[in-house]
Amino acid sequence: MKPAPFEYYAPRTVDEALSHLAEHGYDAKVLAGGQSLIPMMNFRLAQPSILIDLNNIAALSSIGVGENGDITIGAMTRHSQVEHDPLVAKYAPLVFETMPHIATSQVRNRGTFGGSIAHADPSAELVAVSVALDGRFHLRSQSGERWVPAKEFFLGMFATLLEPDELLVEAVLPSQPPRSGSALLELARRSHDFALVGVAAVVTLDGRNSCQDARIVFLSVGDRPVEAHKAAQVLIGQIPTTEALRAAAEVAAVEDVHPSSDIHATAAYRRHLVKVLTRRVLKLAFERASSNSD
Amino acid sequence: MTKLIGQRIKRNEDPRLLTGQALFVDDVNIPGMLHAAFLRSDYAHAYLRSIEVSAALNRPGVVAVITAQDMGDEWQPGPPLVSPPPTVKGVIFNSRTQVPLARDKVRHVGEPIALVIAENRYIAEDAVEDIDVDLDPIEAVVDLETALDRSAPLVHADLDSNLAAHLVQHRGDYAAARSEADLVIKRKIVIDRGAAAAMENRGIVADWDAKSEHLTVWDTTQAPIPIRNGLAQRLGLSVGQVRVIAPFMGGGFGPKMMMFYPEELLIPWVSMKLGRPVKWIEDRRENFYATTQERVQVHEAEMALNKHGRVLGVSHNFLHDSGAYDPYGLTIPLNTQSHVLGAYDIPNYYSDLKVVFTNKTLTTPIRGAGRPQGIFVVERLLDIAAKELGIDPVEIRMRNFIPPEAFPYEREIIDQAFAPLILDSGNYKPVLEKAAAMIGYERFVRDEGPRLRAEGRHVGIGIVTFIETTGVGPYEGARVTVEASGKIRVATGVGTQGQGHFTSFAQIVAEQLGVGIEDVHLVTGDTSDFHWGTGTFASRGAVVAGNAIYASTQVVREKILKLASKVLEAPEEELEIEAGQVRVADIPSLSISLGELALLANPLRGAVQPGTEPGLEATAYFGPQYGAAAFGVHAMILEVDPETMMVEIKRYVVVEDCGTILNPMILEGQIHGGVAMGIGNAYFEKLIYDENGQLLNASLADYLIPSAGEVPRIEVGHEETRSPLNPLGTKGAGEAGTIPVPALFAQALENALADLDIEILEMPLSPNRLFEILQKKEKEK
Amino acid sequence: MSDLHDVAVTVNGKKYHHAVEPRLLLSDFLRHDLRLTGTHVGCEHGVCGACTVLFDGQPVRSCLMFAIQANGHEIITVEGLGTREKLHPLQEAFWEAHGLQCGFCTPGILLTVVPFLESHPDPDENEIRQAISGNLCRCTGYQNIVDAIKLASEKMKT
Repeated sequence: MKPAPFEYYAPRTVDEALSHLAEHGYDAKVLAGGQSLIPMMNFRLAQPSILIDLNNIAALSSIGVGENGDITIGAMTRHSQVEHDPLVAKYAPLVFETMPHIATSQVRNRGTFGGSIAHADPSAELVAVSVALDGRFHLRSQSGERWVPAKEFFLGMFATLLEPDELLVEAVLPSQPPRSGSALLELARRSHDFALVGVAAVVTLDGRNSCQDARIVFLSVGDRPVEAHKAAQVLIGQIPTTEALRAAAEVAAVEDVHPSSDIHATAAYRRHLVKVLTRRVLKLAFERASSNSD
Repeated sequence: MTKLIGQRIKRNEDPRLLTGQALFVDDVNIPGMLHAAFLRSDYAHAYLRSIEVSAALNRPGVVAVITAQDMGDEWQPGPPLVSPPPTVKGVIFNSRTQVPLARDKVRHVGEPIALVIAENRYIAEDAVEDIDVDLDPIEAVVDLETALDRSAPLVHADLDSNLAAHLVQHRGDYAAARSEADLVIKRKIVIDRGAAAAMENRGIVADWDAKSEHLTVWDTTQAPIPIRNGLAQRLGLSVGQVRVIAPFMGGGFGPKMMMFYPEELLIPWVSMKLGRPVKWIEDRRENFYATTQERVQVHEAEMALNKHGRVLGVSHNFLHDSGAYDPYGLTIPLNTQSHVLGAYDIPNYYSDLKVVFTNKTLTTPIRGAGRPQGIFVVERLLDIAAKELGIDPVEIRMRNFIPPEAFPYEREIIDQAFAPLILDSGNYKPVLEKAAAMIGYERFVRDEGPRLRAEGRHVGIGIVTFIETTGVGPYEGARVTVEASGKIRVATGVGTQGQGHFTSFAQIVAEQLGVGIEDVHLVTGDTSDFHWGTGTFASRGAVVAGNAIYASTQVVREKILKLASKVLEAPEEELEIEAGQVRVADIPSLSISLGELALLANPLRGAVQPGTEPGLEATAYFGPQYGAAAFGVHAMILEVDPETMMVEIKRYVVVEDCGTILNPMILEGQIHGGVAMGIGNAYFEKLIYDENGQLLNASLADYLIPSAGEVPRIEVGHEETRSPLNPLGTKGAGEAGTIPVPALFAQALENALADLDIEILEMPLSPNRLFEILQKKEKEK
Repeated sequence: MSDLHDVAVTVNGKKYHHAVEPRLLLSDFLRHDLRLTGTHVGCEHGVCGACTVLFDGQPVRSCLMFAIQANGHEIITVEGLGTREKLHPLQEAFWEAHGLQCGFCTPGILLTVVPFLESHPDPDENEIRQAISGNLCRCTGYQNIVDAIKLASEKMKT
């Protein structure tokens, strides 16, 4: 299981990297943490003829907080850095909660935030979480730059809006409004496996303790992160009672998701888990919203 | 004599392993070494129309590309490893063995088609992609139950069906027993495929030295001696020209006992042809196709009982999946037959076994080797009967155990050693009582279980028993030598894959010869050190090689005492051996070290008496009359989340009885590892084939081996019922941890979900499968 | 055919300069170019953890890195932990607690655990199992490994 040959570039700046991408575009793959790309290359499922290694670009690794509490994470920031960062713990509790679920500690020492997003595996926690937090991504190319909302970024299995000459350089995750709570729950066979089903939820209460807003996003139920719009609608304006959560979970399972079967789980079992996990994650998120409101 | 047998002694081999100084096959590096990679079939069943290798040959760095054509007359199917039992009447056996490289047809995904030799493995893999092969796919035989249909395609076209073997065994008269029974339990039980998935994949380095006409082979094999003998025969060499070394190995578990893998013949062959050393290291993807697998069986089984829960008879028709070839004969299903009566005194038995060819990787023994399937069937039927009769699971087992006075107990069927199955010794009740006590069985059934259920929790308990036939012949041997340094050198044939042979065997020697364990140096797995024996399999290492070592140590001890008696001028009865010295009891000044004695035994002047041998050395062999039967009980408490179907094991208890224990630390380690594998087999591991014979989960990401989070702490208790079959009184235990786990899971899960009244008749399970079973039960209501 | 690239890497305190193909995996570089065969290869897709080494002090899967990526960095392999004459306390603990059987997964576990014990000098059973959840072992059932790590934490406190 040795990879096929490739040409290798190790740029030291973003501009250098962009110049390589502009020149090689379709033939090139960007190498971030390598924890998803290199296994695919070892299996020869991916055989890029050119690899642009971003690991020497120090400028892409950063964690910062804006005045409004929005958190910015550089694309090459390692998962293990995000996992232990006090700013993330304070300003992006959902991300902080998510990090230990990602693979294993060894993988998190190399894997990167941007790499996970750009790889767009529908089973990746950060993919669903970035949508649940209504994040946005900064894309740059030699010819310009743009910002894309997370909820528009993921097009399908391993497919994103990124053009061949574009590089994801950073992600911004807005701070949660007051009276909000968030939670992530996933179910996996072994603790570090890809989730059979996972769900990230961000909920906000209004002054009367009923649900003002809810964003529920699933991983591992489709070819991209799936937002449960209908389930959210059921909750808005309601007091989050057990019955309300159960109803929302039912709607999510029956109307919002259309999972398929694969070797790890059948569609029916996935739907069932959606129902169970939605109820549980909403309970947790609302409890946290409630204590954040005191 | 300082007692060392039975002590928890640290292993001699560990410092090397811990510091990365132990040699594994892929660590072997020889100047000029070339590297091999295989082109393997992508189809489960196809005609091989043509192969075009010129592009591969033209790639820089490629030295050779070999196909079946290129082997000419030297192309031959591998030898059968185990022939069918001649002692069973009317057995049908169609021997079809694996081939070195596919010639006209491929019969499973991963079957090798061409061999590429290059300067390094990277280039070799590039060249594999250059090869143009025309495979014309045929419908694949995948499902065991339809494989014998008239309309099924033929895996071997020269046969008129996919029947590999048919064998009937019986004891007493099951039909008569059935007619007298108060209760007959009849069920279909299905067991599916798994892999051994040792952490180290297979590998071979072959070095043909044309000048000295000598072939050295490093091989991840559990059987270096038969490999040497077979290679010599195949390659037209004398056995003296071939040396096979099985160095440190990263786990065996059975498939590394299979021989000859195509690679095992080809790599030495190509080294001779090219006159250069060649290395082939299997990668993990290959391992899922090219290393053998196990376990698929479908049983239509019946148990007849009286109203007191006494089992009158068991009958089962079963199918066993051989994969594409059957070099390993009937070993696995014979083990199944040997174990489907469990630890119980069941006088009537009928079994109709059909072995079937399919277009999948071949099946050969993996830890348990057919025993888990037999135990699963009997324990399931017994549990179902217990439920229907309203008898407690522990009680029903007590009522059916073979009583201690019935040993040696004759099962009256033939086992995998082609001999009548006899269970040598056992005392089962105390073991079950101990296990029940350790897990708090009665307290749970009476108090805890109902209390937890009232709280709405789904917590269940399970307890199952099993026997394990171990320590089979034919024989093993050992040579023990006292060296001039005073250290003891021991050589034996059984290789090691982590079982601690270096230490447990050293304990036997050190105790008898009065030396420290660090002064015993054991070599194994190198045919130049010892070349008579078979290998490490069937939980026989400690029993057979251990006893050979014991026997040869006894002879050396006698020689020591005889010579020392002359030298010290004292009668043998007054001598003792302690701390490397032989001395006259009570006269410490009259002593001689073992090293000095060894020098005296090999004089440069004088004479060696006729009829005696120089040195302090002896070689002895041990071949048991028949295999020793170990016994054990596993018990478990688990909790099921009825919403997610995820299972958490709360407690796990093992009480095992494998006779005399050589090193309890090593034994417990084997139990822990076996249980972990059993948990994998029960709830995590399944090789998933589609209808085209494609393996869908050929990676460690998708084939789920338990990690540290999935294996509970295991509490181990011991009982020791000596075996009368060998001087050490020991029985094997290498597979014991694995055998009863699926049966235990089934019982405990049913108990945890007792309110839902499900029946588990399949292995492996998963949360998804449990969900489906519960859904089905819901619909039936 | 790719050009060769220079790698200057410090392994177990010793500096090496090699010219390698970009696609050469770090695991193969360590084992075959540097002849440090203590790091083992079990899967080449980042699941089993046998190939774990310390890269600038952090445990990483060497099968999921290219050797050229190690240029300018520091690596510790199992050979850098201790010798047969002078075992690291963690290695001693594994020996005493029978924390290994075939030994194939062991180097990867040792290197995962060294930094873990630095940040968790007094770990409980759950923390230990979490820490080694990315290292597969097929022989031991993990129990003695957990005990060995606990024993090591006690040894290393004094």
